[in-house]
Amino acid sequence: MQWEIVIGLEVHAQLSTQSKIFSGSSTAYGAAPNTQASVIDLALPGVLPVLNKGAVERAIKLGLSVGAEINSPSIFARKNYFYPDLPKGYQISQYELPVVQGGNIQIQVDGTEKNIRLTRAHLEEDAGKSLHEDFHGMSGIDLNRAGTPLLEIVSEPDMRSSAEAVAYAKILHALVRWIGICDGNMQEGSFRCDANVSVRPLGTEKLGTRCEIKNLNSFRFLEKAIDYEARRQIEILEDGGAIRQETRLYDANKDETRTMRTKEDANDYRYFPDPDLLPLEIPQSWIDQIKQTLPELPQARRDRYISKFALSAYDASVLISSREMADYFDATLKQLPTQAKLCANWIMGEISGQLNKEGIEMTACPITPAQLAELLARISDGTISGKAAKSVFESMWNGELDKNVDAIIEAKGLKQISDDSAIEKLVDQVLAANAQQVADYRNGKEKAFNSLIGQIMKATQGKANPAQVNAMLKKKLDG
Amino acid sequence: MFNASLKQLSLQLTEKKISSTELTTEFLKRIKALNPEYNAFITVNEELSLAQAQAADKMRASGQAGPLTGIPIAQKDIFCTKGWLTTCGSKMLSNFVSPYDAGVIERFNQAGAVNIGKTNMDEFAMGSSNETSFYGPVKNPWDHAAVPGGSSGGAACAVAARLAPAATGTDTGGSIRQPAALCGISGIKPTYGLVSRYGMIAFASSLDQGGPMAKSAEDLALLLNVMTGFDPRDSTSLQRDAEDYARDLQKPLAGLRIGLPKEYFAEGMSKDVENAIEKALDEYRKLGAQTVEVSLPNAPLAIPVYYVLAPAEASSNLSRFDGVRYGHRAKSYGDLADMYRKSRAEGFGAEVKRRILIGTYVLSHGYYDAYYIKAQKLRRLIAQDFAEAYKQCDIIMGPTTPTVAFNLGEKSGDPIQMYLSDIYTSAANLTGMPAMSIPVGFGDKNRPVGLHIIGNYFSEAQMLNVAHQYQLATGWHLQSPV
Amino acid sequence: MTLSVSDVKRVADLAYIEIDEDEAKETLIQLSGIFNLIETMQAVDTSTVEPMSHAQSVVQRLREDAVTETDQRELYQSIAPQVEAGLYLVPQVIE
Repeated sequence: MQWEIVIGLEVHAQLSTQSKIFSGSSTAYGAAPNTQASVIDLALPGVLPVLNKGAVERAIKLGLSVGAEINSPSIFARKNYFYPDLPKGYQISQYELPVVQGGNIQIQVDGTEKNIRLTRAHLEEDAGKSLHEDFHGMSGIDLNRAGTPLLEIVSEPDMRSSAEAVAYAKILHALVRWIGICDGNMQEGSFRCDANVSVRPLGTEKLGTRCEIKNLNSFRFLEKAIDYEARRQIEILEDGGAIRQETRLYDANKDETRTMRTKEDANDYRYFPDPDLLPLEIPQSWIDQIKQTLPELPQARRDRYISKFALSAYDASVLISSREMADYFDATLKQLPTQAKLCANWIMGEISGQLNKEGIEMTACPITPAQLAELLARISDGTISGKAAKSVFESMWNGELDKNVDAIIEAKGLKQISDDSAIEKLVDQVLAANAQQVADYRNGKEKAFNSLIGQIMKATQGKANPAQVNAMLKKKLDG
Repeated sequence: MFNASLKQLSLQLTEKKISSTELTTEFLKRIKALNPEYNAFITVNEELSLAQAQAADKMRASGQAGPLTGIPIAQKDIFCTKGWLTTCGSKMLSNFVSPYDAGVIERFNQAGAVNIGKTNMDEFAMGSSNETSFYGPVKNPWDHAAVPGGSSGGAACAVAARLAPAATGTDTGGSIRQPAALCGISGIKPTYGLVSRYGMIAFASSLDQGGPMAKSAEDLALLLNVMTGFDPRDSTSLQRDAEDYARDLQKPLAGLRIGLPKEYFAEGMSKDVENAIEKALDEYRKLGAQTVEVSLPNAPLAIPVYYVLAPAEASSNLSRFDGVRYGHRAKSYGDLADMYRKSRAEGFGAEVKRRILIGTYVLSHGYYDAYYIKAQKLRRLIAQDFAEAYKQCDIIMGPTTPTVAFNLGEKSGDPIQMYLSDIYTSAANLTGMPAMSIPVGFGDKNRPVGLHIIGNYFSEAQMLNVAHQYQLATGWHLQSPV
Repeated sequence: MTLSVSDVKRVADLAYIEIDEDEAKETLIQLSGIFNLIETMQAVDTSTVEPMSHAQSVVQRLREDAVTETDQRELYQSIAPQVEAGLYLVPQVIE
């Protein structure tokens, strides 16, 4: 039987506010334990929550960016359960009326566009951390993270493969960073995914029983966990078994998922509206104001790259994978408006590659868009070859000669030979010295042509303009 | 001195007839002598109180005094008070020295008032007799065999027994008004949102409201002027212009329309209470008011509605007491869950556990709509009943309690009988309207009777006027058990 | 509606309160009485009524996003049952 995998994602994006969602404690990462836990975060008797405007503003930004409805009012509810990293014994979240409702995200997989519907996005507070280093057989609780604002973004079960799920997660990851609501740092847990996975016979409508895989903190784990989980479910069903609805954890070391808790022992969360918080009303004027501060969104920019600069859908998608890269591209292109493809290739290739290799961010790139444009201009005007440009790039990256492109070309002697008469002379010399290969070529051995080109390039240490050499050689041999 | 009004004490302090340090010392002496019998205070800290008194004397000397500067006030042990043991009447918090001040405490501190001690109360304010306190019952100063009411039983006793000139209380279903009635003093629960709930240990967040308890309406007005006001740390705190609650005290009552809900003058009210209430209403007619019958058809459901909503909120509010960050932790336990279960089983008393269980049940899967949502809908109907009634009257009156104070132990084994003590009071918490109780005489066994005055939202100044005019005309509020 | 001892135990379990058999039986009697009282609510038709969560129809006030708290760990942990290295200690948390 052929099976279809059905995936929905719940993403927890930590919002980039200075202070916590319900208290004035700092949200800075990495502080000494419990030094950023106020009476409110510690849930001392009598303390009360007051909602952070910055968190609401960020939720609205997300909503506007995915074409969702902003609910007004939305309601905060208490999700009741006991855990030492949850000081109040309940988490303040949104249940029946979330701040963001609906919305859509477009993904591309293998050149195909697909729309993924969002169900909702709601504001909630994060829990603290349990540290399991051994304190005489006890665990230590750090509440610095307790009360950090989260936006939980829930998709419909619209994805059909781990590749689609990863594509969706990456687009969303880029988006939250693009609009500046989340730093997207997955190692620090700022962007965490839960995947709801089920399978069903291909062609059927009814959804299979799903399992939720919790806390996937890298795209690779997301992919592997879904693949493993789908295989596991298919095997059970093919053996005549049934899937049990449960929450599972992905073990990266063993590359498998395992049961965390079953539906039967799932908590009864006793949601009810938090009486300490009032309905959150968001006036249209505030929404309009936020709309005006939103940057051009990735989707719009991608469309612009395709229609205005004739970039391929693939190139455009890669360029918008982060706002920094897209901005870098735009700035380079501004200096070199006719060379979109060349700019794109270099940014996606050399620049990204080098940044990755050295583990630095686009914003800290040692070569500015203007400097890159200068270099690329020398390729497009025929001064240097693409290969030589790579060598110039390396020098620029290392800060040689004040990153002055022409000075580096000069110093390295990389200037191309583009003078027709000089090239003709070279071609004639090589033809004269290689009578046998000329004869081979004329007898139909195409390979001989390449060998002759090679000889010419070798004679000029690669500096001859290849296109001109090519044309000249053809003229001489065929003419 | 012990019978003096706040105004009189303030005048004596201003005229330097007495210092705050002397006044405070006198009350501390009286507490030391009498509290072992009454058990009105859980914590007395002479050092901290006297330090505040000395600071108040300095404030007065430098001309920065307000009306309450230097006056001792007893604080209910539900208000977190920095450096003070703050127990909420529970074993759970029997070791909790608060690291911060409640909004109400801050306001009294800023006014220069002296905290004379933390008063006894039903555990987590759950009770109507002060018998659920981990620190033992409080005696009614009028009759030591009787309960003082609850949950602000220590506060009511302290004022009635003249252990403090005035006190704070909190009221979730009647916890200011019922003990005020049973101890023959005056107490007011203001409109929900006027007094900060920040640092007031939550029982039922949407119903809890702090308020003053004192010997007279005039004293209450002075106390309200200090206690009320916007607090940005409480999302339900209302942003309103400051008002002087004493501004209308002297207004005549001619033309006042008093609504008498027929549901409150029905079966359930005992004869002795009815007699005292009728006499009080006659007095009001003499003062020029007229009475009209009104109807609150859904008011009899206030108790069942209250006993869904209050426990539901409480069950969640009390989840933070887990023995992890503060409070009681069981001495021996197995795993994590066992530590929680034992700490909570040991730290909470029977009534608190009962209400947590009720609340957990009504919120649990499959029962939420039938109980919690149903109760919230009835809450709206009850509020609409009052809104209708106020079209025909300015103010509503009735008995505060169905009977005078009952005996210690009389109802402690029967939760339902205990719950019915709040039959007239809980509606004002559900609607959020202000309500107060003033003494209007005595019933059986010479125990006090309280008149319940319910006002429309933000009508505190008018209610205090209505109460004050009665107190000018009669002397019930001046009667003292000691 | 009839409550059973197992209901009482289930709810006590949800509320993380240890309860033994005798307590559960005793509690059942009291809760049954209280729920009889509560059941009187069902007599009123509320099908067209909106639930009321708050006494005032006021909307949520928002706080500016600013850090206003300072480190007071020492003070706050002075009242904690068990701390070490700045952490609150609890019996081993198993995930």
